Amino acid sequence: MADVVRLEYRNVTMRFRESSGRNELTAVQNVSFSVHDGEVVSLIGPSGCGKSTLLNIGSGLTAPTEGQAFVDGERVTGPNAHVAFMLQKDLLLPWRTIAENVMFGVEIQGVPQPECKRRAKSLLESFSLAEFSDHYPHQLSGGMRQRVALARTLAVDPHVLLLDEPFSAVDAQTRMVLQLDLARTLKKAGKTALLITHDLSEAVTLSDRVLVMSQRPGTIVEEISIDMPGRDNPIARRHNAKVNDYVAQLMDRLGIGLLDQAQGAA
Amino acid sequence: MNGAVSSSVRNGTAASIALLIVFLAAWQWGPGLLGIPTFIVPPLSMVATEFVHAFKFDHLLFHTGITVGEVLAGFIIGSLLGAFIGYALGMSPTAELALSPYILALQIAPKVAFAPLFILWMGFTVYPKILVAILIVFFPVMVNVLTAVRTVDPDLVNLARAFKATRSQIFWKIEFPTSMPPMFAGLRIGSTLAVVGVVVGELVGGNVGLGYLLTLGEGQADTPMVFVSIVMLTLVGGIAYLGVILIERRVLHYLPTRAVGNL
Repeated sequence: MADVVRLEYRNVTMRFRESSGRNELTAVQNVSFSVHDGEVVSLIGPSGCGKSTLLNIGSGLTAPTEGQAFVDGERVTGPNAHVAFMLQKDLLLPWRTIAENVMFGVEIQGVPQPECKRRAKSLLESFSLAEFSDHYPHQLSGGMRQRVALARTLAVDPHVLLLDEPFSAVDAQTRMVLQLDLARTLKKAGKTALLITHDLSEAVTLSDRVLVMSQRPGTIVEEISIDMPGRDNPIARRHNAKVNDYVAQLMDRLGIGLLDQAQGAA
Repeated sequence: MNGAVSSSVRNGTAASIALLIVFLAAWQWGPGLLGIPTFIVPPLSMVATEFVHAFKFDHLLFHTGITVGEVLAGFIIGSLLGAFIGYALGMSPTAELALSPYILALQIAPKVAFAPLFILWMGFTVYPKILVAILIVFFPVMVNVLTAVRTVDPDLVNLARAFKATRSQIFWKIEFPTSMPPMFAGLRIGSTLAVVGVVVGELVGGNVGLGYLLTLGEGQADTPMVFVSIVMLTLVGGIAYLGVILIERRVLHYLPTRAVGNL
């Protein structure tokens, strides 16, 4: 199964009209890459390099100006039941209980109520949130809410998860716990994921591969395979000395540190 | 913390009741002490006597019933209409753009000024009063619903879209529930405004309702009667407002209690 391509971007270019209406702005330029079955790939790059645009294209919410995206070998022409996304915001609905929030996607997709409830129950149990099923979102902490959002994403049983900085709004310690939850779940369910992040060590500890994007117009300038055991345990990976090497490599590639000198010279 | 909250509630309630007693006492004995004639400010006991009298001989209950009916009809029709148009405009930016200058104009126009016109059109019936109430309730509800639909988090809509939600699913599962808290804020305002609309209609013309009793009392220089009518109108408005709050508490039960607010 490892050679099955779950998600593929083929020569994707995205141009936006600037709000003034006069100039066109190229957000993403000729991006091609693919993510294989069960693989976790991170996408890093400077702000505004079009990472989120790629995610929207993959989920079928926006159509690329040029090129195509494919999920399971099928061209993406609109929202697709095999893809689910999760954002930095938990997007929980305040009028729904935690269990009902987890059921949100499956319910929309027309899965019968008893099955929706069953899935919500087992997901909440696996995230140790069963006792909060009947609570409302405002009664939960930020980390718990984000875990509920992850459960909602998994409830639709997607082949591909698109994650846009899912943990950037929670504190550093909670983030590590959530990363562990995510890594274990992805591994256990054999899900394919594309993770957008600004956190370089998050990218290194969670992924099989890291793609580095350039400044706008965003293109992929580097691909780094993470050759470390334990992708299902980012906390153990953090103890691995190789993490620092990879992070240093990514920092160099992104020009972090060099940027200030360049600007100072200019 | 719970104890602190409940003790502050207890203190507040005690102070409220104390204020009421002071007010009623001032009403009863204040005018006499200040030498204000009873036809200007009748003391509490006189108003109470008038209340019993009006109840027995002036069909107070009947007139109150008419006013309540008009308020209810105007409030229900006005808020349904406001909500409906609010959702429709919220979902169609073109329609909103086309209609917004007229909506604004109508919103600025003092709605009660339409009362004489409606009476010219429909005679001394209950309908012009209901119509004024509809018009006056319509705007706060419509504007709040429209704004709510317009400001729904686009990421929330995208989330639903990514799950392949249909347009009607997006409405019923996201836009409609999101609009509930602001809609209730509009309904609260509407419930008190409905009384204003109805009373103005009754003042302008007709021979039933509490507004009519007001003009009757005024014509006969029967100040206690005017006071009785004002008290009854306040009661009607208060009960309407309370009704909205009670429904709101049930519908918005999921909000943290502080967000629902007090009376």
